Amino acid sequence: MNEKRTVAVTVNGKKYSKEVPVRLTLADFLRHELGLTGTHLGCEHGVCGACTILLDGQSARSCLMLAVQVEGREILTVEGIAPSVDKLHPLQEAFRDNHGLQCGFCTPGMLTTLIEFLRDNPDPTEQEVRIAISGNLCRCTGYQGIVLAALDAAKRMRDARA
Amino acid sequence: MKPPPFQYHDPKTVAEAVSLLGSLENAKLLAGGQSLMPMLNMRFVLPDHVIDLNRVEGLSGIKESGGVLEIGAMTRQRDIEFSDLVKAKCPLLHQAIMQIGHRQTRNRGTIGGSLCHLDPAAELVSVAAAHDATVVVAGPNGQREIKFADFPVAFMTSSIELNEIVTAVRFPLWAAGHRSAFVEFSRRHGDFAIVSAAVLLEIDGGGKITRASVTIGGVAVAPVRMTEVERAITGQTPSADLFRKACESCRAIEALSDVHASSDYRQHLAAVLSRRALERAAGLSAKTSVH
Repeated sequence: MNEKRTVAVTVNGKKYSKEVPVRLTLADFLRHELGLTGTHLGCEHGVCGACTILLDGQSARSCLMLAVQVEGREILTVEGIAPSVDKLHPLQEAFRDNHGLQCGFCTPGMLTTLIEFLRDNPDPTEQEVRIAISGNLCRCTGYQGIVLAALDAAKRMRDARA
Repeated sequence: MKPPPFQYHDPKTVAEAVSLLGSLENAKLLAGGQSLMPMLNMRFVLPDHVIDLNRVEGLSGIKESGGVLEIGAMTRQRDIEFSDLVKAKCPLLHQAIMQIGHRQTRNRGTIGGSLCHLDPAAELVSVAAAHDATVVVAGPNGQREIKFADFPVAFMTSSIELNEIVTAVRFPLWAAGHRSAFVEFSRRHGDFAIVSAAVLLEIDGGGKITRASVTIGGVAVAPVRMTEVERAITGQTPSADLFRKACESCRAIEALSDVHASSDYRQHLAAVLSRRALERAAGLSAKTSVH
């Protein structure tokens, strides 16, 4: 019953190929097989949003996918957001400057969710930001800072494009 | 919180999927995974085989022909959300989609998966009931169609056979310019509704209602079509008073009681939300839905 399969996948621009049990979730694959522990696991049943990754550019909960399902696909995790090791993404800078994180547990999911959201909606209202992060729980209840950070990041990214 | 061991199958065609389903014992179909994966992680289900439909060709897409909107079973909720065709021709479906889960779950969740899972409070299940949808299924003997009224048979159980899979859902479209509203009450945005109301109305040039569909979700094992309300308002001119009186009959629904809400409260919500949905559809109230 411990069937295995080889998965070839691109994560943060790097190609990986690993043999894994078919029942392994994508989240555990990223964390335990690839060592990318930036993706956090809060609830493991699709409620908290901490494990959100981008699958071919679309946000998805990695605890609700199997590793074997991402064969041939491209994944972006929180480790792949910053443009380089010594430079943060404008969204990350905005989180730092607006007190957008306290314990940091929900941050990877907040960032990946907002990367997709701000790409599709570069000039959102506060209400739209709140709906966008409604699937991500912050148990520090630091939503105010997160919302401010998202709005600030949107502005920084708009200014950078102008 | 890890899935139990199972054998994994990823067929490429509907025929292959049907043949696997017919030959394997204790198999589960995996669509978008937004319900089955949590159930696997929590070990509420222990299948010996998981048949993943994500690589089956030809199960996705939205098209209209002959006044019917056909949506492939594996079409993601996201694709329905962003479909201009759905927005223009089937606005009730668009409004309902916006209340399903979150962006991250709509990106994966499918219409066929939601209908087969058949949660009593699921938004898509209510829309299918409201629109008198038809579910298209494929089995070893070919295709057949199931009227949505005959689709739910018990709590989270549909009338599809064990060796059949849903391939598409057909929504007969209402007249151009018809009105609609989807209103639900839940504790948090994105949660399943405690109670929802889906309304479709056609109003003629003289301002009279010529056709009505009123569906209450979340109160019983399957959405309830309130034919009594539909009859009471058809032929009438929309007014707050008409809707309030007509919707009182929703209090008679034999409602579920659970940890989220008592049956009394659900009956109360059914009457209130159906009235609000009717008022909104008829343009008597501009208020947006409650979350």
